[in-house]
Amino acid sequence: MTASPTTKTSHIEDSLILRPFRLIGRTVLGGFREIGRIASFSGRVLFAAVTPVIYLREVLRQCLKIGYYSLPVVGLTAVFIGAALALNIYTGGSRFNAEQFVPNIVVLGITRELGPVLAGLMLAGRVSAGIAAEIGAMRVTEQIDALLTLSAKPERYLYAPRVIAGILTLPLLVLVADIIGVLGGWLVAVGALDFNGSLYLRNSWSFVTGNDIWSGLIKAAVFGGIISLMGCYQGDRSKGGAGGVGRAATLAVVGAAVLILASNYILTSIFVRIGL
Amino acid sequence: MDFSTKPILELKNVHKAFGPKQVLRGVDLAVAPGQSLVIIGGSGTGKSVTIKSALGLMRPEQGEILFDGERVKGGKTLDTLRRRTGMLFQGGALFDSLSVWENVAFALLYRDHIGRGVAKKRAIENLAKVRLPASAADLRPAELSGGMQKRVALARAIIANPDLIFFDEPTTGLDPITADAVNNLIVEQVKALGAAAVTITHDMASARKIADEVAMLHEGRIIWRGPVSALDKSGNAHIDQFVHGRAEGPIQPAI
Repeated sequence: MTASPTTKTSHIEDSLILRPFRLIGRTVLGGFREIGRIASFSGRVLFAAVTPVIYLREVLRQCLKIGYYSLPVVGLTAVFIGAALALNIYTGGSRFNAEQFVPNIVVLGITRELGPVLAGLMLAGRVSAGIAAEIGAMRVTEQIDALLTLSAKPERYLYAPRVIAGILTLPLLVLVADIIGVLGGWLVAVGALDFNGSLYLRNSWSFVTGNDIWSGLIKAAVFGGIISLMGCYQGDRSKGGAGGVGRAATLAVVGAAVLILASNYILTSIFVRIGL
Repeated sequence: MDFSTKPILELKNVHKAFGPKQVLRGVDLAVAPGQSLVIIGGSGTGKSVTIKSALGLMRPEQGEILFDGERVKGGKTLDTLRRRTGMLFQGGALFDSLSVWENVAFALLYRDHIGRGVAKKRAIENLAKVRLPASAADLRPAELSGGMQKRVALARAIIANPDLIFFDEPTTGLDPITADAVNNLIVEQVKALGAAAVTITHDMASARKIADEVAMLHEGRIIWRGPVSALDKSGNAHIDQFVHGRAEGPIQPAI
């Protein structure tokens, strides 16, 4: 039996009308699938990170790679951000004679927001991409299969040490960034804006509270987990040779950056609500 | 050698597909303890998929895998299989962030939690078995030639005295002389351990040297199996074409 011309036309119209809806449906379902995969992967890795056996040698090695070797990039970012922040606050503050608040606002901005977020974003580029590329290369060269045949779980041997190192070292890096950021502001304030150096530091120190520092460090720990988890996840899923490894690195950076910014907003709202 | 005893490894009606592409269409295979079976077949016929399915690195949609008579279902049974098997990957798959000795002793260090001193000593002993000097122990895999990397991978595969060893294209990328040396080491070490071996290869020289029996995989099924001595008088057109490396015949070239 052949379809009549009318049936054929309505079938074509149907498919044309439905096409955008199908596309939206596919995209939404794909998004949920990806969220599910990330959640399941994160659950397995975090479980491995808090239960024995934990490979301390690997954790230390990763602390060195993620933490120590990131110090220059975090330090440089912090000093320039502190300096630019001081200039901007001075310019804005001078509009209503509030220039004297430069040290207070710099220290608040650095410790609560810019220190953790910018250190997180810089490390999303340096660390997340590095982890994704390393694990991706291990995946395509069958090293992860080799681990499995040697009865070693990648979650325990590869991913958990990186996540532990990310969670432990990012707060330390942010603490360093806080100090260097404040010093960046101090340099500009003293060198270009005629502030008294010791007064600037005294104002900063007396204004900042433990809560300001703690809230930044808690954010940093969360960002450290996100950065390393996204690197591990994308690396683990990479396939198809060098192109696949490159794609994994890009996806890890983009995913980590977006998640850092989103979780920063959520954490800030929680801190505001609980008065931290 | 008598291979009539209970198989150490058995694959029954194993099917595996990747999307619409059906790679394995019912593979049946049994390997007796101490037996060396070589699986030959063209590119893309599913040789690697067969051994990866046997090792639990891929999950077949249908069929079962038995190790030492017990069905491998994941969890404890899979762990037992992996503890009692060794695997030499095609590219070596050495961990490039670790030194040569840490690669060789990986199972001792991270699975059996043996101290580093003892593990290093055993790694050096196993390096000697594959004719590598102790001075290679502290090098990184990237500092070794392809042949040396294969030997390190062999040392890693045998260090835990496995009952069954898988070899995935052990001579790929090696010159004929180095390939022959690797084949000799495989035969020597497998015999010394008394282990069974499953090797997949395109290399007929390697197959003739390593095998007690040869099986041919074609279009996802084992189409012929017999002793290595019967390879030249199998009467099977597929085997004849493969053994003589002819483009004309029932097997279509993979281009």
